[in-house]
Amino acid sequence: MNPLWIVQTLAVLRLELRKTFFSKRGFWIYLLALAPVVLFTGHSLLEMKNHRVCDFGQDTNIFATVFQIFFIRLGVFFGCVGIFMNLFRGEVLDKSLHYYFLAPIRREVLLVGKFLAGLLATIVIFTSSAMLQFIGMYLHHGWNVVSDYLGSGNGLSHLIAYLGVTVLACIGYGSVFLASGVAFRNPLIPAGVILVWESINSFLPAILQKFSVIYYLKSLCPIQIDPHAGSFFSLLSINADPMPAYIAVPGLILLAVAVLVLASFQVRRMEINYATE
Amino acid sequence: MPANDRVVFENVSKFYGDVLGVNKVNLSIPPGITSLVGPNGSGKTTLMNLMSGLIRPSRGRITVLGIRTDQPDELFRYLGYCTQFDSFPKGFTGYQFVYSYLRLYGCAHGEAEELTWKAIERVGMMDAARRKIAGYSKGMRQRIKLAQSTCHGPSVLVLDEPLNGLDPLVRAETIALFRTLAEDGMHIIISSHILHEVDAISDQVILLSNGYVVAEGKIAGVRSEMQDHPMQILIRCNRPQELAAKVFAQESVVEAQIHKDGLGLLVKTRDANRFYLMLNHIAQNGVSIESVAPADDDVNSVYDYLIGSEEPQK
Repeated sequence: MNPLWIVQTLAVLRLELRKTFFSKRGFWIYLLALAPVVLFTGHSLLEMKNHRVCDFGQDTNIFATVFQIFFIRLGVFFGCVGIFMNLFRGEVLDKSLHYYFLAPIRREVLLVGKFLAGLLATIVIFTSSAMLQFIGMYLHHGWNVVSDYLGSGNGLSHLIAYLGVTVLACIGYGSVFLASGVAFRNPLIPAGVILVWESINSFLPAILQKFSVIYYLKSLCPIQIDPHAGSFFSLLSINADPMPAYIAVPGLILLAVAVLVLASFQVRRMEINYATE
Repeated sequence: MPANDRVVFENVSKFYGDVLGVNKVNLSIPPGITSLVGPNGSGKTTLMNLMSGLIRPSRGRITVLGIRTDQPDELFRYLGYCTQFDSFPKGFTGYQFVYSYLRLYGCAHGEAEELTWKAIERVGMMDAARRKIAGYSKGMRQRIKLAQSTCHGPSVLVLDEPLNGLDPLVRAETIALFRTLAEDGMHIIISSHILHEVDAISDQVILLSNGYVVAEGKIAGVRSEMQDHPMQILIRCNRPQELAAKVFAQESVVEAQIHKDGLGLLVKTRDANRFYLMLNHIAQNGVSIESVAPADDDVNSVYDYLIGSEEPQK
């Protein structure tokens, strides 16, 4: 017999999964996840059509740049904004949050259930996207080259690292945006502030850099973008003091847990007053 | 097990910013049917939201059967709340609405299914249970909310305007259901605008005005304490003129009117008990009295006297 809180968490999860995966409001998140897949696959198809093969190392660097600069910083970031901020905020706007608040369930359990539902949805959407991007990027190199890269080169470990970073990005940004959705009426303001904070992370003092999600994610990316390349993108991705994985992974998870604990205090105090929304 | 059988408000105030919701409310509500009566904005829904923990008091303390309202995991094992909010989780059928609530409650699939059908049957929604709530009429939405709030067998049932949108037949059945539940020892706390129904079903009333409780208790008790308004008594008799002459001789009688059908006398008196004694004496001296009944100890009259000038409610 499972403890009550597990039964209730699963009940919340069941209810929320349908909403997070199939909400019309979240349609654009799929587009966001699909955009780099279309980009890389289109690139490969074009090369195949022209019977050309790009430099493998160059493709690997392009993948790393798009992954860090677009996919994580914008794709996963705004995907998490769309899913996690609406877990509470969306229900307040739909005037349906009282359904949960009138059940004999601790608000902390409700928060965890909703977070897990958002996490599962974002992980499925964005790790699928990362996997498809990887396939799309190297499609035109041919199976022999790709299987060598995966089997005897660094390919498999890079792929696992990218998927892991995607999962951690969902955990980190998910917790931050869930908390923002609970604490703020207008989610765009905190989303904007967090976007700026994450973007200027490379230019912040070392101690402040640690209070961001991107700092840990950058440290975990398998290929660092060359800071001497001189582009704006390379400036954004500078990580002067990268964190080793054995600290970065638990550090990010701890950051997420701390944010969720703060959010749980806020949820406990939350009132239903739709008239003022 | 609950620590006691009361819903208790101790000096409770609720402010929405600068706007007063309710102020200095002290109540101890016993089992039975209790109606909250008052004009729009008087604080009825605020009181209900406070006792269900949907909002927190700015001051004071509320307990439901001894349980604090900031402990939802405990509170909603004993309390069901049928709110006035007319919004539902998107895409739900009536069945899913009740069933999912029971899963949140912690019921296993089989038990949840059984309790769901019982609750849906109780409100007469079996045929529509598999249809989406979005296609329900107002009355059906009201009934499915009622099913959801009673499905787990609560000891306290809070109902915000539960009869709104119900047709007369369902309304009568719903009132009978409330009666049955109250007779089983349940607290039923209702807010309603329909005063004659409140009068018919309530064991006690709480009258609210501008966020203050202006009266509470059994209607007859509240009425008898209103010294400013002489009690009206309708006496059905064969010779009302003769009776009028006799009752006018009494000091406590302030007014007597022949009823418009000519077969009764409406008397206003400041001392009802003395008047009843005197009436016994008159009855023994020739006037044939068919019936004697208070004419203004119902909710409608009490409401009119205490609050009536603010907003008419019929």
